[in-house]
Amino acid sequence: MRIHLEATTTNPLIPNVAEIVVGLIAFSLLYIVLRSRVVPMFEKAFAARTAAIEGGIAKAESAQREAQAALQAYNEQLSDARGEAQAIREEARVQGAAILDDLRGKAQEEAARITAAAHASIEAERQLAISSLRHEVGTLATELASKIVGEALEDQVRQSGIVDRFLSDLEQSKK
Amino acid sequence: MHITGHLVASGPGFVPPSTTDFKLPSIIGQSDYTTKPVALVFFSVILISVFFILASRKAAVVPGKLQFAGESIYGFVRKDLAQEIIGSGFLSYVPFLFTLFVFVLVNNLFGIVPFIQFPTMSHVSFPYVLAIFTFVIFHAIGIKKQGLIKYLKAIAFLPGVPKFAYILLTPIEIATYFLIRPVTLSLRLFANMFAGHLLLLVFIGGGNYMLHDTHLFMKILSPFSFGFGIVMTFFEFMVQCLQAYIITLLSALFIAGALVDEH
Repeated sequence: MRIHLEATTTNPLIPNVAEIVVGLIAFSLLYIVLRSRVVPMFEKAFAARTAAIEGGIAKAESAQREAQAALQAYNEQLSDARGEAQAIREEARVQGAAILDDLRGKAQEEAARITAAAHASIEAERQLAISSLRHEVGTLATELASKIVGEALEDQVRQSGIVDRFLSDLEQSKK
Repeated sequence: MHITGHLVASGPGFVPPSTTDFKLPSIIGQSDYTTKPVALVFFSVILISVFFILASRKAAVVPGKLQFAGESIYGFVRKDLAQEIIGSGFLSYVPFLFTLFVFVLVNNLFGIVPFIQFPTMSHVSFPYVLAIFTFVIFHAIGIKKQGLIKYLKAIAFLPGVPKFAYILLTPIEIATYFLIRPVTLSLRLFANMFAGHLLLLVFIGGGNYMLHDTHLFMKILSPFSFGFGIVMTFFEFMVQCLQAYIITLLSALFIAGALVDEH
């Protein structure tokens, strides 16, 4: 039975000429069709898709860059404004201090001036009072002495400056 | 043929499927050019061409369903096979690898498509043709890149090997490049398809035989045979896809090997 079967079986490894020819033609045909019609179209779609994706990425990147620049500009402006405010505040403080100093100086000057004026006035008054008092006291004393001693003495007293000497002595002893 | 008749006549035994089951009669007349496998091969060429021309016609940035399906297969061969293995300059070899993959895939799948049910690649001539293409292409690339003498020298005398090792290595290397590679490439595909088809014939033919047997016991057991035939059909589907992938993968590897100066 085995021998009989072997006799009828064909060796499956022996190629058939017709099939080789058909295979060569069919595969070549398919290769030509796919290469010329299909592969370029798919590659075109892939390239378009890549370009679309890359374009989207580039657009997003540029938008991000713009946003970054805007943020930086805003931050710069903010820091500028802050600096400016700080400078203004500092200036105001300095100016305020200067004004205050100035006013204080002026007030002190004024006070000093008033005090000096007052002193001068007091001194003048005092001098006036002293000279007036001296005069009056002298007169009174002279008059009194005249009344006591007589008129004769009047001229003598006046000449010798007895009254003045008396008053000076009085002042000396008081001190 | 007459022996089969003799076997049937000699007793009510089961006739196992044999290599003769692969010898199909001509559809028209007696010519070898009008057989079923030949018709299937041409049918596959028309089927693949029409499908991919329709799928790629629009080349839209946002693909429709058909374009997406076509692109998925093309993209798989382009990226996962060509680009991954060959690297720079892979684009020139994509059309060949793509053709190889879809041609083998469709012809393999014919093995389980109802009413067709014949894997064309179980006829060894077709795998031979594919191996011839790969063989010619990868040697042509190597010769073009390095020149005939330098290329042959690079194959025969591996660089960086002690001189005495050439006694052993040179015959092995020459055999690998000019005999083992094309033969294994074609026989792997052929044997898988041949064996797979034979397996389906055994289970489905066996189930059919048992169903028509006079014994009730055999009739009851026959659905198991059919059931296993269905399981094997799914298994075959896997093998058919895998073999299409493997032959493309190996062809890409051979091309990549020819493209680098030192292998």
